[in-house]
This record gives sequence, C-alpha cells and structure tokens, in this order.
Amino acid sequence: MKRYSAFSIAREALRNHAGWTRAWAAPEPRRRYDVVIVGAGGHGLATAYYLGKNFGITNVAILEKGWLGGGNTGRNTTIIRSNYLQDASAAIYEKARSLYETLSQELNYNVMFSPRGVIMLAQTESEVRGYKRTAHANALQGVETEFISPEQVKELVPIINISGPRYPVLGGLWQARAGTARHDAVAWGYARACSAMGMEIIQQCEVTGIRQKDGKVAGVDTTKGPIDCDKLGLVVAGHSGVLAEMAGFRLPLESVALQALVSEPIKPCMDVVVMANTVHGYMSQSDKGEMVIGGGADGFNNYTQRGSFHHIEETVRALVETFPIISRLKMLRQWGGIVDMTGDRSAILSKTPLEGCFINCGWGTGGFKAIPGSGWGMAELMAKGHSPLTESFSLDRFREGRFVDESVAAGVAH
Amino acid sequence: MSKRIATQGRLIDRSRALTFTFNGRDMRGHPGDTLASALLANDQMLVGRSFKYHRPRGIVASGAEEPNALVNLGTGPSFEPNQRATTTELFDRLKARSQNHWPSLEFDIGAINARLSRLLPAGFYYKTFLRPRAFWKHVYEPIIRQSAGLGQAPKDRDCDTYEYFYATTDIVVVGGGIAGLLTARSAAQSGAQVLVLEQTAHLGGRTPVDGGTVDGQPASAFIDALLEELRAMANVTMRSRCMGAGIYDHGFVLGYERLTDHDPDAAGPRHRLWRIRAKQVITATGAIERPLAFAGNDLPGVMLASAMRDYLINYGVMVGQRVIVATNNDDAYRTAIALKEAGADVLRILDARDSGGGPLMQKARELGIRIDCGRAIGKVRGGKRVKKVKICAQNSSGGALEEVSCDAVAMSGGWSPVVHLWSHCGGKLLWDDGAAHFRPDPARPPTGADGNGFVSTAGAAHGDFALGDIVAQAHEAGRKAAQAIGMKPKKHDAPIAAETREARLLPVWLMPAGANIGLRSKAWLDYQNDVKVSDVELAAREGYESVEHTKRYTTLGMATDQGKLSNINGLATLANSLGTPIPSVGTTTFRPPYTPISMGAIAGEARDAIFQPLRCTPIHHWHEAHDAAWEPVGHWRRPYTYPRADEAHADAVAREIKNVRQAVGLLDASTLGKLIVKGPDAGKFLDMLYTNMMSTLQPGRCRYGLMCNENGFLIDDGVVARLDEQSFLCHTTSGGADQIHAHMEEWLQTEWWDWQVYVANATEQFAQIAVVGPKARKLLEKLGGMDLSAETLPLMAWAEGEIAGIRARVFRISFSGELSFEIAVPASQGLALWTALIEAGREFGVMPYGTEALHVMRAEKGFIMIGDETDGTVIPQDLGLDWAISKKKEDYLGKRAQQRTHMASPDRWKLVGLETTDGTVLPEGAYAVGEGLNANGQRVTQGRVTSTYYSPTLERGIAMGLVLHGPERMGEVLEFPGTDGQVYHAKIVDPVFYDKEGTKQNV
Repeated sequence: MKRYSAFSIAREALRNHAGWTRAWAAPEPRRRYDVVIVGAGGHGLATAYYLGKNFGITNVAILEKGWLGGGNTGRNTTIIRSNYLQDASAAIYEKARSLYETLSQELNYNVMFSPRGVIMLAQTESEVRGYKRTAHANALQGVETEFISPEQVKELVPIINISGPRYPVLGGLWQARAGTARHDAVAWGYARACSAMGMEIIQQCEVTGIRQKDGKVAGVDTTKGPIDCDKLGLVVAGHSGVLAEMAGFRLPLESVALQALVSEPIKPCMDVVVMANTVHGYMSQSDKGEMVIGGGADGFNNYTQRGSFHHIEETVRALVETFPIISRLKMLRQWGGIVDMTGDRSAILSKTPLEGCFINCGWGTGGFKAIPGSGWGMAELMAKGHSPLTESFSLDRFREGRFVDESVAAGVAH
Repeated sequence: MSKRIATQGRLIDRSRALTFTFNGRDMRGHPGDTLASALLANDQMLVGRSFKYHRPRGIVASGAEEPNALVNLGTGPSFEPNQRATTTELFDRLKARSQNHWPSLEFDIGAINARLSRLLPAGFYYKTFLRPRAFWKHVYEPIIRQSAGLGQAPKDRDCDTYEYFYATTDIVVVGGGIAGLLTARSAAQSGAQVLVLEQTAHLGGRTPVDGGTVDGQPASAFIDALLEELRAMANVTMRSRCMGAGIYDHGFVLGYERLTDHDPDAAGPRHRLWRIRAKQVITATGAIERPLAFAGNDLPGVMLASAMRDYLINYGVMVGQRVIVATNNDDAYRTAIALKEAGADVLRILDARDSGGGPLMQKARELGIRIDCGRAIGKVRGGKRVKKVKICAQNSSGGALEEVSCDAVAMSGGWSPVVHLWSHCGGKLLWDDGAAHFRPDPARPPTGADGNGFVSTAGAAHGDFALGDIVAQAHEAGRKAAQAIGMKPKKHDAPIAAETREARLLPVWLMPAGANIGLRSKAWLDYQNDVKVSDVELAAREGYESVEHTKRYTTLGMATDQGKLSNINGLATLANSLGTPIPSVGTTTFRPPYTPISMGAIAGEARDAIFQPLRCTPIHHWHEAHDAAWEPVGHWRRPYTYPRADEAHADAVAREIKNVRQAVGLLDASTLGKLIVKGPDAGKFLDMLYTNMMSTLQPGRCRYGLMCNENGFLIDDGVVARLDEQSFLCHTTSGGADQIHAHMEEWLQTEWWDWQVYVANATEQFAQIAVVGPKARKLLEKLGGMDLSAETLPLMAWAEGEIAGIRARVFRISFSGELSFEIAVPASQGLALWTALIEAGREFGVMPYGTEALHVMRAEKGFIMIGDETDGTVIPQDLGLDWAISKKKEDYLGKRAQQRTHMASPDRWKLVGLETTDGTVLPEGAYAVGEGLNANGQRVTQGRVTSTYYSPTLERGIAMGLVLHGPERMGEVLEFPGTDGQVYHAKIVDPVFYDKEGTKQNV
C-alpha cells in the first residue's frame, strides 16, 4: 500500500499523479476464506479490519452486493457522539468515538473526524430532567458531557434563537469531544486498510444462499459462485432480514425510510452540531459549507430510499424556527436511506441460532457514529465468542425482555 | 466585448431602464432582463470564482443549469446567497455581489489554489492533513472551511413570508415550452383538468429562439395563438415562475412558485410551495446543452452555444464580437447563423465531425462563415476572459494547427433530456447511442399504488429534438395521459411542423480525442466544484470505479447545479477510463428538488408563535392575565406557578403547596386527556388495555388504571370513570392523550376490528378544574348545587349535577393527598366556573396552583408520575403497583412481556423513597453507585433518582428513586455522585412521605 502524505502528493504531482495505485484491490473471489463478512459498509469493513488488526485473522472476504459504503454509511448526516443514557450504549458509542479520534492516522486515510462538539437542546422541562440524568450517567460511564445553560448554548451557536416564542431553549447537553467525520472516507479508509492486510473486498457480489453442514455454517452462495468459510458475519443493515431467512432464523427488525437534506454551501456560520429533539431536527455545517440536516422517518415500512416530503417540511420548519437565518438558504438536495429498527432502537451484535454465523444490524438511525466500536466489538465476538462491548446487544434480549432502550421519554408530565 | 445591440431582444422592454449594482458598480438594464443578461450587456464577463481553485468564472449558461454565476443578492433581512444570475429577473435597484473571493473578485488571494492545482487533485484531502493530529481541528479544518462555502451566511432574520398552496388536479404538466403546452391542450381537449408549471417567467420555452414553422406559421406566432387558446380553456391553469421541484410517491408533485423575487416591493408572500396531488404527471422539461471538455473551457467568455443564442435573441445581447463556435452537432450552427445575421464576426465553426453537418451547415456556409470539419479546440487562452483559441484536429493529442484571436467561444457537445423529475420517483432511463444521451424508458415509468405508471414525458425531455417529432409526440402524450385516467379523447389533429433535417451527432467526450494530460487537467467537467477530466481519470485509476464512488471522491455533480452540465460528460469520461460502455456505468441518483428551493418556502407560514399550534384551555387567558409562568406540555401550555411580584418561582410554589394543604387551591386540569370509550365491548376492550379489571367497575365509580405497551412497559396512567353500562371515560396524561387515542385505535382497527367499540377524544370538549384542600367542600357548597357530602360522593366516586348553575361531573379523586373534587364542565363554561370559584373562594383563601406544586404534592404522597418514574423501560411491578395488576384476567397488553425472565427478575430496580441525610435536595437524575467497575470500565450503579423536590410541607428534600432490591433495603444509605463534584448521601425510605394513612383525602 502506497502511504499517503503531503510528500507523496508532491512527488506524484511531478508526474501528473500517474503513479497512484488502487486504494483497494478488486480480486475475483477465491473458493474459501476463514471468515466471510457480508456487507462492505462501514460496519462490515470495520469488523474485518479489527479481525485482522486485533486478532491476526486476515484470510477474510468482504462481499458487497453493490458498491462499498453505498448504504447508510454514505447517506447519513455524519454525526459522532456517545452521550447515551444506558451503560451498554455509552460503552460501544464511546469506544467508537475514541477510535474515531485517531482513525485518520491509524488508517493513513483522512476521515476528517472533526471534534467540534454536539449540543442536544432541552426545550421542555422533561427534556431538562432527561439530559441532567444523562449527564449523571455519562459521568459514571467515563463519557465527558455537561448540562449547559441557554446562554452557553447561544455562545457556542450564535445563529440559534434561544428565546423562540414556542419552545425557548432551556439548556443543553454538551459533548465537546463529539463531532462529525467524512462518511464516505470512513468506508474507503477501512477498505484500503483491509485490502492492505490481504483481505479481499468483492463488490457486485450478492449472496444468494447460506450453506450449512452439521448445523454449522459452511459458506455462502453468491452471484460469483459458492464461497466456503468457517465463520460468517452478516452486516447488511436493512437487508438483514433477507439474509437471516437464508440462515434459517428471523429477526425483530423493521425497515423504514429516514430522510436527510443539505442546503447550498455558504461560508462558515455554525461550528458545532445541534440536535433539537422536541421540535425534531438537527443540523451541522459540513466542511464544504452545506448545512446538513437530519429529518424524520416514515411511519410505514418500505425499501424505497426516498421518503415522504411532509417529513422534510416538519424538519425544515423546526430548524427555521431554531435558526432563523436559514430561511433564506435553499435546500439543495434531499435523500433517504433505509434504517433497520429494532423494538428497543438499539443494535443487534450477536451470535445466531446457526453456529458460526454472527450478525450485526439494527443500528437504526444511529449507525455511523458507532462504526469503529461496532467493528471492534463484532470482531472480538467473532474471534473469541464473546465481547463485553456486544454482550448486552445479543438477540436473546428480545426473548428475555432485557432491552437497551434509549427512547427515554415515554410520556410527559401531567 | 459583450454588449447590447439595437436589434433582437424579444423579452426586454427597451422603453424603460432599470439601474442595479454589481460589486458596488452602477449598471443599467431593462425590464425583462435576467441579472445575467444585464451583466453581459454591461460587458461584465467575470462574475465569480470557482469553489476549489478560485478560478475566474463567467456566465456559461442561460437558465437553471448555470454553475458559475452565483451572487450574494440583496442586503440585510432580504439578503440571499448563491442566487443564480441566469434565473434572477432584474428589478430596479437590485444589489448583487460576487462570491467566494478575498479581497475582491478581480484579485483573489484564493486563486493561489489554481497555481497549486497540481498539488490539489481530486481527493487530495484524504491523503494529507494527517499529522499532527491536533492540527486537523485547530488549523487545517478551519482553513478549509473558510476557503470552502460559496455565498455569505445571512445575518438577519428573514423579512419575507411564505405560504403553502394545496392543489388537486387530473394532470400536471411540468414545463411550459411547446411540448408542455401541446400536451396540456390535448389533455384538456380530452376533458382533463390540467395544471401547467413553468419555471421561468415566460411560457413558450426555447422554440421561439430556435425558430421553425408549425402549421404554416412561424413557431413563435403558433405559440402565441396556442397560449391564447389555452388561457380560454376553463380546465387549464398555467403558472409561470413556478417550478416542478419534485415528484414523489402517490402522485405528489411539489411546485415552487417565486411570487415576488422579481418585484421585491410587492405585497404578499415571497414564495409559494405547491403541494399537488395529480393522477398523471407529464414531464415536458426540455433538455440541457452539454459543454465540451477542452482545455480552458472554463474561462469567462466560453459559453454554451444555445445560451449565446438566448442572450442574443431574447435580450439583444451579443456576448462576443469575434466568436468561435465549437460543436459536434448541427444545433450550434443556429447560434453561428444568428450571430452572423446580427452582425457578429463568426471566425470559425470547428465541427468535430469529419463530414460536418446538414442543411444548417449549408446555410452557415452561404452566410460566409468558415467551417472547419474534423477540427477541435486545443486550448482556450486568456486570463479573466477569452483571448485566443488554439485550434487542432479532433483526432490528435492537441498539437496546435493555428491560433486565432477571439473574444468568445460558443460550444455545444449535444443535448441531454432533463430526466430529473422522471427519475425522482423511480423512472428508469435508456441510453440512446445515436443521440449520445440518457432518455426516459417509457416501458419503466414511476409506478403508483396500482402498479401502473403515473409519469410520462413529452418533447425534448422524451428524447425528441426535431420540432416535427416534438409537436406530434407531445400532442399524443396529452391524449394518452388523459386516457390513462379514464377520459375518452376526441379526435383532434396534431399540429404539423416543418422539418429541418439535422446530421448525426458525433459523441465527443474529450476535445481533442487524444488530449494529453496537460490539456486533460485543464478540461473542466464540473465547473463549480472544479472537477476536470484528469480528476475523473484519477478516481478510476485509484479504484473509485462505481459512478457513486467517482462522484463522491471527485465531487463531480455535487455542486449547486447538481451536475446539470457535468453529469453526462463525467459519466462518459469515467466509462472511457474504465473501458466500459456508458450505460454500464449508469447514472447517479437524481434527487429532488430540481433546482434549490428556499427553506422559507418549505417551512411555509409555520414560524414564531404559530410554528406549532398552541392548544389553550378555556382558562388559558385568565392564567395569562394573572402572570402564570408557563411550562410547555405537549402542545399545551400549563401554568408552572403563579409568582407574585418579586416572588421567586420556588417561593411561589411553596406558597401554593402550603395553601392547598391548609386551605384550598385550584388547578386547571383541562389538559388531562378525556377519551370516551363506548360500545357493547367497551369493558372487554379496556380490560385488554389496562392492567386492571375495568369491566367490573360500577357506573358512578372511578378506578385508577395503568396502561402498558406490548413490551410490558408502563406508558400511561389515569382514572377511568364508568359513565353507564356501555360507556367509560378514560383520563390520560396531558401529553399522552393523542398517543393513547391512537394506541386504542391501532388495536381496534388492526387486531380487534370486530369488537363493537368506539373511541372519541373529548379532551377539548370539557374544562376540568381540581378544587383541592381541606376547605374544598366548603367552597363548593357555597357555590351551591349538587350534594357533595362524603356519604353521597365518597372517594373514587363520581356524580353528575349542577354547581353554581353549571352542569357538571364531579370526580372524587385526589393526586395530592387532600380532599379533592375534579369538576368537569362543558368547555364553554370553564372560565365561568373558574372565576366563580376564585370569587367565592376569597373568604377561604383560595389560590390557583401550577404544575410544579402538583408535582411536589404527588411526590410527597408517593404517587408516581409518567415520564418521571417511567421512561419506557419501567414496568408497573418496578413501581410497587402490583395491586393495580389484575391477577384474574387471562390477558392484557403487556402481560406476556412481563413474564419474560428479565422482567420477572428479582434484580430489577424497584421504587423507594429517598431522603438525603442532611435534608438537602438530591440532584435530578443522579445515580447511586455500587462497588467497582463493570467489564466496560464504567462505574457500577445500583439505582437512580426519578423525582426530587424540596418539600415545603416537610421542609426538607424528598425524592423517589429506583434501587436494586430497594424495598428490602430500608434505612440503608446510598451514595449519589453529582455532576457538581459533590457526593450526596441518601437513605432508602418509604416513598409515601405525607399522610401515610390517607386520612386527609378521605373526608
């Protein structure tokens, strides 16, 4: 692998960049690997990467139906934070956030992790109580957060309206070390590092069946032929149900379209990420200058990657109210992705009823921020059979009622 | 130079002059000008700087596809960045400033990036800025952010208003060019209701510029007559300045109408968002000309051939006096001919085709224009405007044959149908090899719920470019759309247009075909984002082979024009680099909106006080008049407390609580959800919804009930009153009423659809007032009416009667531990009863109290609060509410879930009271810590605070919490680390702090 640096760019500039080689190889699949990962999104690639890095398992193929990073890794609003309430969530998201901090250097690929800070606004009394509780929980979990005053919010975000007539800002949960990253680069960086370790990323290769022998996984059938493996990791987000069915089990997942949009680019006017849950909207400004805005999820299940326009209206209304200056910006593009939601809105990282077959899915609306932690835990689970990071996210929890529920506000005060 | 000439200019009114400024310079134009045409009329060739290299840029197009000419428009509250000069209509005193440069447009420090462009190829930022790590946040990123972005951020609140408009119609035609108008006519003649949306200010499209003959008349005369005919048709509506922005599922079409952008002083909203439902949509969105990829194709003065023709014919602006035309098709000859006829010197037509064109070439030649076939532009030279063109053979690597001085270059790489709207909702495309473009595949349209297509195409958007084909196809498209919705079109003849035969286009994706790397790295594909041919080649070489990878790696097509000019050229370049055919590369996804639309329009009228509707109880305005401090609860506002002058909120709350405990207080409880459940199966239904048995409740009695979801978690609580044999009144929490109503309907409609039950939400039909305190009964007796004695109306009973002459239902329920009557009256009588109670209560010391007093008093009594003691993870058993869970019922929602191992585990945290050892108040949300760390290195916890208050009654802090094995650990002291650095110590106690025997409420 050719190392990336300012010097290598300068050297290449002298020969018109003719010497750059492929970021990742494009081999034809072999007949057998120790481990096959299905899904070359962020989570699948990170799983493979940490299998190699932490456990020395490099005889790995990562199979991708389309193009790598083309699912939710390339469709999200790039927010990275770990200010979760439940211990299990805080552990895996904080692991991810801390890995993000050094990921560019580790992968020798600039994923542009930008620890610019995330504020979650409190706009009702119950939100104030909820975030104070989270701040207490975070302190014990080793996650640095702080409940800040409306004035502090205003200082961090000069364009915010904290005294809106409808929902004045009452404070906010501030995580200074949270931020954003360049989503595509995360997938590309992991892909390049996996390829450099000798792993094989096979794009345009759809899994059509899962083969078993003596109750154990034996391999997969693909559009590029059968591939044998000892261990199989299914990391395919919205299509997990389809693969689980091939493996002979069912998943408690629903798939819905979640939308996002960006404005035209403008010069910097907002340095931090702001999430406003009462009015339903969140916004940050990308390095390119676009205001990146997250919207709502459709109330019905589908696979269209489009979504209903009224959600865009609701989101934009909320954000125009919160940031009045954006009224005269323009929406450049809206898009949708399919998020796989579990009953408790937390992920599944688990062994499955099929021995040797592991699954990582159910990240819902929060997957991007988890990628390194998810890969770390999943690799440990696949290599060793257990991982403290993934233990709470096993499939058993639905049978046992042992949920990891982050949707804290079930009701509001009388 | 570029100037206004005395002839042409069909869209401008030369009798009037408008003044405007560009970068502070005074300029003049005419009504009908766009900002772009007016700038060109003033010889302003340099209008902006590109995104990455800060290259000098001029106007390249004449419409929505313009990538370069973006300006900061207006000032103060009407300031708007990134306004496209080509679609901004000129108005008097318009102020525009160019973007993305410092200190000025002419001298931009950022242009150093262009000098360094070899060091800044596609994706360079992924390979560098890696060390030292802290530099990314503190040095690199701030610099990148500052040099990126285009226009300035608005600073002021928007001074304009916006609105939504709802429309339902049979057929929407997007595009008011000749094809759109003809489809509209034939659809309307078939009886359909038709709505035509045209993004520009002018109906008629570009046919008047291109010329031609329809039904024996000049095309422009034909269009004028057609417009007159359409205006007279009652079932046709035509809107100009109204863009079809997006097509969504279920025939939803988004329109974006710009009402006053061209006349900012006019009254009324600025933009109108059309929310249209149509049975059929016809996209007649035309086509966009493609640039040619040659070195220096981004210099100011290099323009699309069609745009140069538009500026001449529509606005009387001649962009250059000595023009070179480069083309691979016949259409650009029209520009050369028009320029020549208007008096320009057309130095050369460089036709990349060895055999040249058809009759149009003949005509150009007859006018004396020199035509060089098989020739190409090797390179355009000039700094901030075109000065010279090096000419070479198309089939060469760029060796110059000659160099010609000129002041403008018109280029045409062929035309691409505008397929955006067709694609928004899933319409598929075909690659047309002959025309070298993607066009809609009629066999694979966007489909509706019935599986049939609901979008069709007409005109150039369909892939037809000859006028004769366009008019015939468009006429037919309108009839077919009408047929698709069940109309029976009568026979009307399609118009007939005279044909101008055109020779076949030669696909030219690079000029010259063998351009060397020096030329390829100066041949722009995406102007705004500075993506060149060499960048796409680099992406392909590095393995970013999928079109989505290439797009994201190079930023091709990600600028504000969303690739309208660059996409096809970029795809072709990628295909060439990979050695694959273009259709196998495919396109990126077309997403709405077609061009950017204002956030203001999307938000509509919902802002400030009407951002979300405020729900007001009948007594709301009394609270307001009495200085209530508000708390938002759902869409309601509830008085938090009623502070008197100079009284702190905490003092006011304490005063209200003491008054309730000692005298009498009034609470506006009107926001409580009131759901009427009625029918022969109502009792059976409620038995399933509540954990308690409700079917055995006697009319006249009340019962406190708990509601769980399928996962067993407690979601709502409230008092259920049985009104009669078949009717129940279910009280819910204030914030929960709508969700619980929906929850009931979901079960009734999806699972128990055969049960005979209706649910009606009567929350707003009643005002409800809680009269609470030891003197409550005396106060009510003073008002007179029904018998409220303990014998007639004991605790947990209700009765109907009259109080103060108002029909009322009185519920003997208490959430404070005091003697309490909740009185429901018709909403219209709520304020009357409230003021009567205030008046009559004076002698008893009556005071209103707010939600905080309510909360504290319920905590003193150990009553749980949904949202405090519950958070979606708590089951009734955690809260010691087993008594409210029926053991006799076979089933209720949540029962099965509550039997799962973790739910039935003795290790769940259970409700207890908590008292700090020093009487202080525990912090909200604090956790009790246990010993050591867990496997993930987090402090072990063993409980948490769910509610914590200062109790004025007990004069100390009280709290409720959930604690591991809590009820078995009475008296034990737990540690609660605060976020303030302190550690709080609290003893586990009984959660009922006040009047444990319940004697005060039961009198």
